Amino acid sequence: MESQASCLLIENLTVSYNRIPAVHHLNLSLPAGASVGLLGPNGAGKTTLLKAIAGLLPIETGQVTFGDLASTHAVAYVPQREAVDWDFPITVQALVEMGRYSSLGLWKTYSEQDASVVKEALEITELQSLAHRQIKALSGGQQQRAFLARALAQQASVYLLDEPFTGLDANAQAGFADALCHLRDLGKLIIASHHNLASVPDLFDKVILINGELVASGSTATTFTDENIRKTFSTSIFSGHTS
Amino acid sequence: MNWLLEPFEFEFMQRAILACLIIGFTNGFLGSFVVLRRLALVADALSHSLLPGLAIAAIFVGLNPIGLLLGGLLAAIFVALGGHLLARNSRIKEDTSIAALYVIAFAFGITIIKFAKVKVSLDHFLFGNILGIASSDLWMCYAVGGITIFLLTAFARPLQLALFEQSVAKTQGVPVGALLAGLIVLIVLTMIASLQAIGVLLSLGLMILPAASVYLVSDRYAVLPWAGGVLGALGAVTGLLISFHANVPSGPAIVMVLGIVFVLAYLFSPTYGVLSTRLRKKHLHEESLKRWEKTP
Repeated sequence: MESQASCLLIENLTVSYNRIPAVHHLNLSLPAGASVGLLGPNGAGKTTLLKAIAGLLPIETGQVTFGDLASTHAVAYVPQREAVDWDFPITVQALVEMGRYSSLGLWKTYSEQDASVVKEALEITELQSLAHRQIKALSGGQQQRAFLARALAQQASVYLLDEPFTGLDANAQAGFADALCHLRDLGKLIIASHHNLASVPDLFDKVILINGELVASGSTATTFTDENIRKTFSTSIFSGHTS
Repeated sequence: MNWLLEPFEFEFMQRAILACLIIGFTNGFLGSFVVLRRLALVADALSHSLLPGLAIAAIFVGLNPIGLLLGGLLAAIFVALGGHLLARNSRIKEDTSIAALYVIAFAFGITIIKFAKVKVSLDHFLFGNILGIASSDLWMCYAVGGITIFLLTAFARPLQLALFEQSVAKTQGVPVGALLAGLIVLIVLTMIASLQAIGVLLSLGLMILPAASVYLVSDRYAVLPWAGGVLGALGAVTGLLISFHANVPSGPAIVMVLGIVFVLAYLFSPTYGVLSTRLRKKHLHEESLKRWEKTP
């Protein structure tokens, strides 16, 4: 798809639940420094694909490789907001500090370098002034940014976000999009599942259209066309369900 | 001060107070993790499912601590693991499968307990007898308490990630499944160690009530277990002293003391108390009025 070196390479990927493939035989190559929208109807396998890339689901066929940055923790995952226990006794600062676990492990003490990574993540997401708040005392947009800051503190190269814009108002959406742009400009690859088609051109410079299998992928300008959208959302491509 | 020192003159009370301190602290400490992971009802199920294991141990090896430990652990693992597998392979959800298995296990335990050569009373199983605690039981409490607190402290960091949100924790390399299984084993071990002294029901109370009270007060993960432990130990000793002077059963007295603390936290916690927040909060109308007056 691109001439640039790929940051994420997916080859022949199939992921199944109870022997029914949710995503099958998918090939993709994505470069660093891109903000990618993952689009498709409900049940198309968006969350499944994100989780498979994150290593949270067993892969049935194919493989996922991470460019030349072949670190084991190359991926940062941001879950859907409903999946989180917001009453958990933790402040924004402590939440972001969790991102340092991969490099701290069990015993290593929290160093000045860790502190500066956390501080920077809070700055990029504009959460410095809220650092000592309990996470429930945040608005939806701030909660989403707090999880992004945690992902940033992981210093990953690929960021996987599950429906990050769901439930955000226009202001919060703009604020979150700014933070994502900042990340992209730092050379990170961002993949976010999304379902509001109207906002796609404003938010993403590339799109992946899936419905059980890959329908199209490429830059938003050339790929996010009426024809591709119709193909993705109206035809019922084989998805393993016998309806 | 005499009323405070008087109980210490009796050797059985000295041992009981020591047991209260250790068991109260261990249960309260562990309880924070139980509450954060929403395992309170699972812990309840586990507490009852210990019975058949203990009955089998009593039948085959008699009432020695190691036999009870192994029997109880096996029975609890059967219920916890079995419940998990049952839920995964059918449409039944985990709460139902665990409840189903523990009821079956409990009934089975009661059925076979009469075949034990030694007499095991159900009353004792549920409520224990802290005044009759033997030195060997105390040693078991020391050992289990030490192991529990050491492990939970050593693994506090990955546990925090696993308790909070599992999928992100997994992408960060946290062995979530192993940690949660370990937590279940520690719950069972602590209950077995508390069994002789306070019984499984009271053990559950000591696990849940201090932790729930602290959870209503603090927003700091690192503080929770220690505060829960201190509250558990103090509450247990206070309850014991009250029971000594008022001549009421010690177990219920301990739970009542912790229950009162819990209700107080629910009502008056500075940050999350139902009454204190309501009293402090200004009506939104006043705030909007102020803003409205400020705008030119």
